[in-house]
Amino acid sequence: MNTQGDYQTKATLETFGFMPKLTAEEVQKQIAYMIANGWSPAIEHEHPSNKMEVYWTMWKLPFFGETNMANVLAELEACRRAYPDHNVRLIGYDAYTQSQPVCFVVYEG
Amino acid sequence: MSNTYQAGVKEYRDKYWTPEYVPLDTDLLACFKVVGQSGVPREEVAAAVAAESSTGTWSTVWSEYLTDLEFYKGRAYRIEDVPGDPDAFYTFIAYPLDLFEEGSVVNVLTSLVGNVFGFKALRSLRLEDIRFPIAYIKTCGGPPAGIQLERDRLNKYGRPLLGATIKPKLGLSAKNYGRAVYECLRGGLDLTKDDENINSQPFMRWRDRWDFVAEAIDKAERETGERKGHYLNVTASTPEEMYKRAEYAKELNMPIIMHDFLTGGFTANTGLANWCRENGILLHIHRAMHAVIDRNPMHGIHFRVLAKCLRLSGGDQLHTGTVVGKLEGDRNSTLGFVDQLRESFVPEDRSRGVFFDQDWGSMPGVFAVASGGIHVWHMPALLNIFGDDSILQFGGGTQGHPWGNAAGACANRVALEASVKARNEGREIEKEARDILTEAAKHSPELAIAMETWKEIVFEFDTVDKLDVQ
Repeated sequence: MNTQGDYQTKATLETFGFMPKLTAEEVQKQIAYMIANGWSPAIEHEHPSNKMEVYWTMWKLPFFGETNMANVLAELEACRRAYPDHNVRLIGYDAYTQSQPVCFVVYEG
Repeated sequence: MSNTYQAGVKEYRDKYWTPEYVPLDTDLLACFKVVGQSGVPREEVAAAVAAESSTGTWSTVWSEYLTDLEFYKGRAYRIEDVPGDPDAFYTFIAYPLDLFEEGSVVNVLTSLVGNVFGFKALRSLRLEDIRFPIAYIKTCGGPPAGIQLERDRLNKYGRPLLGATIKPKLGLSAKNYGRAVYECLRGGLDLTKDDENINSQPFMRWRDRWDFVAEAIDKAERETGERKGHYLNVTASTPEEMYKRAEYAKELNMPIIMHDFLTGGFTANTGLANWCRENGILLHIHRAMHAVIDRNPMHGIHFRVLAKCLRLSGGDQLHTGTVVGKLEGDRNSTLGFVDQLRESFVPEDRSRGVFFDQDWGSMPGVFAVASGGIHVWHMPALLNIFGDDSILQFGGGTQGHPWGNAAGACANRVALEASVKARNEGREIEKEARDILTEAAKHSPELAIAMETWKEIVFEFDTVDKLDVQ
């Protein structure tokens, strides 16, 4: 069956929703980027049925001042184990712009 | 100034050339590029510009002595050579704050680029830059939402937003137009745009467009799970008509509307920005007619001034050119005015055409919109030039995809995300553009065919309006 040119709509989760799931090594590089810019890593999770809601549940507090990538990765892993059916996203908070220069879903529930 | 009245004509420089003057923090400063008529000294030309754009007129009048013109007059306080042009020079003029009505870029422009541009003693005149004092900026409304709030409302983080102007620009029916919008949005664009000359023509009246576009946005949001929007162009023949169209957009829960700030005018724009702020709707700003005003390097107003005025008048997104696409735009000059839209402080930098330090205080930032003749191959360069706080709009580059709008949108989204990811990983994305896109195309047939379609298309013409640097 020739399906070339038949574009199926995808349900996606905003930034990096069109990339293959990032590997652990690739996630690590995004954390390094965040830390190098002085942004605070944070983790949020939510059941996929609530994915369009503004506020997801925070996994602990943002990790202010964290400069060790391994710690952030370990927290991501812990969050996923605690909520295996939830989407888990990684955020970099910029206190100056009060925005999120990094925000993408690492694990899908 | 002597305090006895003598009728007659004096040289402008007696009163308006004040090289010893130290500008105040509250002064509004302007830099003009001037060519005077031959034989007229530079100081006299500079003083004439200061006089004619502030308190002066050609003849002394008795009623000058009823007020303190020393307090109100504009002052030419500096003259500089223009690199590479022996005929032209820059004149710097300081205007006291009280010459201008609060919160009115209309009033500022009426003085600074009013009668003086037709003045016979000048061969040519161009307003290069204005330094707005922070005291004046505090009186202006500015962007209805600004970059930060806009990201929060649209749920877009860590990357530029992706858009497209719906094509063909004229002639589609409302339902067919809505189809084109839906296809772009379901494929991965965040936003689509009315072309600037789409208002409410016989082939598609505005209200019908609003209805079908709203349907397209709702469906695309439901299916993709992402926030979507479309700039509904409310530009119309009267402000009353614009507000009517804006109200209906609000009724349909649309997130954003659009205005053409130069053809519509600053008064209309400021009013609409105020309406948007009060009603929680974003405002996209197109700039039709700008090249008429800003492209000639010896005449008119540089776009950096128009961009500053727009930030004060109000808009959440403003077109800035693309540098790499089909429309004119010098890279350093573009970076110079993009800073004016987004930063809270921009230092003087002649290599970017910035003549003054500019403190924007707490005024929200405006997204820079790059649109016009760009396609997937340009993506890494666009990200490098414009950064995350931009909106990259691919009209033909989305809708010209061999498989249609949705596949075209997907190709652009993949190219954008691959570029962002690579940049965050520390790669040199402009140099490695080919590798980055080729890697990304391995998991996206939509991108692969887009790259094949547009591989030969570049727009390499020399810039007409170059910066005056050697």
